[in-house]
Amino acid sequence: MTGWRHPTLGSEIDRTKPLRAKVDWEVIDGFQGDTLASALLASGPRTIARSFKYHRPRGVMGFGAEEPNALFDVTRNGTTTPNARATLVPLTDGLKARAVNAQPTAQKDRARWLDLLHRAIPAGFYYKTFIAGGWHLYEPRIRKMAGLGQLDPTTTPHADTPIRHARCDTLVIGGGVAGLMAARTALETGGTVWLIEQSRHLGGTLRWRGGEVDGQAWPDFVEDTRKAILASGGRILINTNAWGAFDHGLIAAYQRYVTDIHWQIRPLNTVLATGATERPLWPAGNDIPGVILAEAAHHYLMLYGAVVGRRILLATGSDASYATAAALAEAGADVTLADRRAKTPPAPEGVLLLKSQQLQSVQGRTEMFGATFNDTFLTADTLLMSGGWTPSVQLHCQSGGKLDWDADKDALVPRPGTGHMRVVGAANGTFGLAATLIEAGLPPQTGPDWHWETARPNPLIKGRVWIDFQNDVTLKDVTLAAREGFTSVEHLKRYTTLGMATDQGRTSNFAGLAAMSEATDRTIPETGTTTFRPPVQPIPFTVIAGRRRGDLFNPLKRLTLEGQHKSRGAQFREYGGWLRPSAYGDDERSSAQTEAKVARETVGIYDASPLGKLDVIGPGAAALLDFAFYTRLSTLKPGRARYALMLRENGIVFDDGVVMRVAEDHYVVSASSSHAEAVRFVLEDPRQDRFDPGRVAIHDVTQAWTTLTVTGPRAKALLDAAGLPVDCPAMGLTRSTWNDMPVRIARISLTGDISFEVSVPTSDGAALHAALEAARIKVGGHWIGLEAVMILRAEKGYIVVGKDTDGSTMPHDLGWGGPRLKRSDAYLGKQSLFTEAATALDRRQLIGLESAEVLATGAHLVPLDGPRRSLGFVTSSYMSPNLNRPIALAMVEAGHGSEVGIFHDGTVTRARVTPACAFDPKGERL
Amino acid sequence: MQLFPCPFCGLRAEAEFHFATTAGRARPEGAPDDVAWARYLYGEDAPKGLTTEIWLHTTCGEYFLLTRNSLTRLITGSEALR
Ligand SMILES: [Zn+2]
Repeated sequence: MTGWRHPTLGSEIDRTKPLRAKVDWEVIDGFQGDTLASALLASGPRTIARSFKYHRPRGVMGFGAEEPNALFDVTRNGTTTPNARATLVPLTDGLKARAVNAQPTAQKDRARWLDLLHRAIPAGFYYKTFIAGGWHLYEPRIRKMAGLGQLDPTTTPHADTPIRHARCDTLVIGGGVAGLMAARTALETGGTVWLIEQSRHLGGTLRWRGGEVDGQAWPDFVEDTRKAILASGGRILINTNAWGAFDHGLIAAYQRYVTDIHWQIRPLNTVLATGATERPLWPAGNDIPGVILAEAAHHYLMLYGAVVGRRILLATGSDASYATAAALAEAGADVTLADRRAKTPPAPEGVLLLKSQQLQSVQGRTEMFGATFNDTFLTADTLLMSGGWTPSVQLHCQSGGKLDWDADKDALVPRPGTGHMRVVGAANGTFGLAATLIEAGLPPQTGPDWHWETARPNPLIKGRVWIDFQNDVTLKDVTLAAREGFTSVEHLKRYTTLGMATDQGRTSNFAGLAAMSEATDRTIPETGTTTFRPPVQPIPFTVIAGRRRGDLFNPLKRLTLEGQHKSRGAQFREYGGWLRPSAYGDDERSSAQTEAKVARETVGIYDASPLGKLDVIGPGAAALLDFAFYTRLSTLKPGRARYALMLRENGIVFDDGVVMRVAEDHYVVSASSSHAEAVRFVLEDPRQDRFDPGRVAIHDVTQAWTTLTVTGPRAKALLDAAGLPVDCPAMGLTRSTWNDMPVRIARISLTGDISFEVSVPTSDGAALHAALEAARIKVGGHWIGLEAVMILRAEKGYIVVGKDTDGSTMPHDLGWGGPRLKRSDAYLGKQSLFTEAATALDRRQLIGLESAEVLATGAHLVPLDGPRRSLGFVTSSYMSPNLNRPIALAMVEAGHGSEVGIFHDGTVTRARVTPACAFDPKGERL
Repeated sequence: MQLFPCPFCGLRAEAEFHFATTAGRARPEGAPDDVAWARYLYGEDAPKGLTTEIWLHTTCGEYFLLTRNSLTRLITGSEALR
């Protein structure tokens, strides 16, 4: 423990509220307002993590999203979040954190021996080594060793994060001085302003560096701006991470801790003020615990009173570090400022300034004890690094923005006029308070300059120099990649994994790019940058999924009579998006057999409400339906119904169903339950683009009607007992009133027995159910589920489109060749029915199969002799309780004799080819 | 997620829309030869850059003309079919 808590400093902690957390079995004390990282620095051990590949000891290095080392599986309020960055986790009482990638603890990690093998594990080691015998032999063990945090399967973090959509005139991303100034400017022009800030407080660097803005002390400026944003009707989202910029200006942001919300914000204008990340330096051993970014140390000192060390070396080439050194010295630390420049500002009070200092190495194993500059060893417990600044331009690039190399700023900065956002402040390469205020339109003011001298990784340095701390990529790995030809940055990234970790290379991308440009003797713009993709920061998949999971992933449509069916003992299943009774009784299979038998012997009733019902109304209705259907419907008489097929333009059967002509200018199209919406648009297309849409209207009334179908020899008796009209010819319909309710009865059969579809407005559905149930008790019979209905229709050879047909089935393959040969008018799909393929003689035809055993649906039909090939396949297969034998429907190549083989699970059985209709082939029961 | 302007409903999320076809692809009537018919069925040009297409707004059920840049995804126009 080298860090300590300053007795008075710490503007964002509340010393009257002590908190206690547990990190790797060790108790950590802190205060309300601490982050997990600040509490660890002030009162925890230095080694708090193990590196990804070599299991090197690591400590906290940064203070925000750039933190590469301090990752924990954090449990708060009963939920565990893997790989949380300690720098962004607010400390709470009872919080538990487990170091990732370490067993049993970060300090005593069993795998620390791996570091001794480092020479044997260079970049590309896995690619080169685990080839012999196949990668799959090694993969399980390597996968086990790889990866960082662990998901706790007993908790589901953030699973119920709701998605909220929002709009605003201006969205400012980043609550530092540049963002606040941009908000102020936007407020002057009117409109609502929203502001997103990743930490808990507004003010950015002002919070630890202080300063004045436009003649105001910074806290007043922040408070005034905050109030003005809220007064405009805007919002301020703290603890919120804008993680992605998408098409048409959409910004996705994840708000945590107080309320979890996944925001989808569509602003008219977006201002990006995400600041910059401090670059580290590249001496040998720059990853040893005790080596920290300079700005982070300044931040921890002023906000939390967490002092990172007692004897501190600050290696810099930047004016910005002088304020940091002064603050640490004033707090009581022994500070030596080692500037790589010869010409520097004056030494701050109480600070020893050394000029022209080249940092070569850091000494220490689990904790540093000194560093070497210009071949001279200096004792210290802490090394602060300042290697310059990298603008945070990820969202700019995601919105289509390009970057330019700015040699003065030594950085890739946003190219003006590219991307959807205006970029300001350090994200735009405008470093320091004074420059930021000028950029925001204020007159020039005095303030410290942020000049610095460029720093680059030096390939001549002896020892191991870390470029990517999180993925353990060293300078040697980069130069090795260059020697092996992986000189494109995209190849470098994939070969060495540089920048691919959860920190997305915030502290490493620039160094890797600089090292590659040096190794290949190219400039940085010639070397190029990698692409920035969402998310900017790691975001749990559960947040992206939100509430769309489990039952809500694809919500099912429910029957209004679900309760009534349940009380009759129904089992439910999904059929084409609807939850429907599959059978009534505990054992679905045997119940279905009983129900199918009862429906043929007496009467069965089933809920057919999901059947699509499209009203097609108007003087143009007949012409539209003639065009949209393969079957002619203008010849249908009012009061009659007709079975019809619908094709797409490619001639393939798209849907089938019964079309009723209720009146001269009113049709009802019954589409398949799962197809109603799609059929509506197939009708809308010619209605809007071929016919006069003023003469015909289409209205989907599926859910306005409850339909119960009564089928079987006793169907008439049952309707009679319920007081419903039964004087209706086959394929006819009656409209009437019944107990003061409108009722529509259609005598249409899906089963081959006399059937009545009885429809009433949904609000009257329960009354209809009650009446039919009372009649059923008198007459006999059974409620039947969809499984029984499927058996009944298969016995008759009636198809289910999409089950018994596929993407190549044409109407003449199903025995419906009539219209194709007879119709001379235009209809949908006609031209496709006469192509070479459509007229081929070996097209697959719908047939029935007779076999000793129930066949497997999907089994291939094969020739009984000769080379084995697929002649087709079984599409539906059931045990028929009425024929007392297995029945099946299949598609088979035409002209293949009366017997076929059924190939399934490696064996071939025999089946006899029959007509598709196996039951009552003459239709005498109707 | 993009926003598409329906001429009847205004700006709505792209998930509410379906692409129908490129505009101006007239349906060959009568007895077109197989090549012309196949081209009508499957010969979408999918132009890169400015393109006028017919989209369906599934929420209101209207087909309409949408002019957009398939490269930049910029929407430049939206009008009813008639
Ligand atoms: Zn619309």
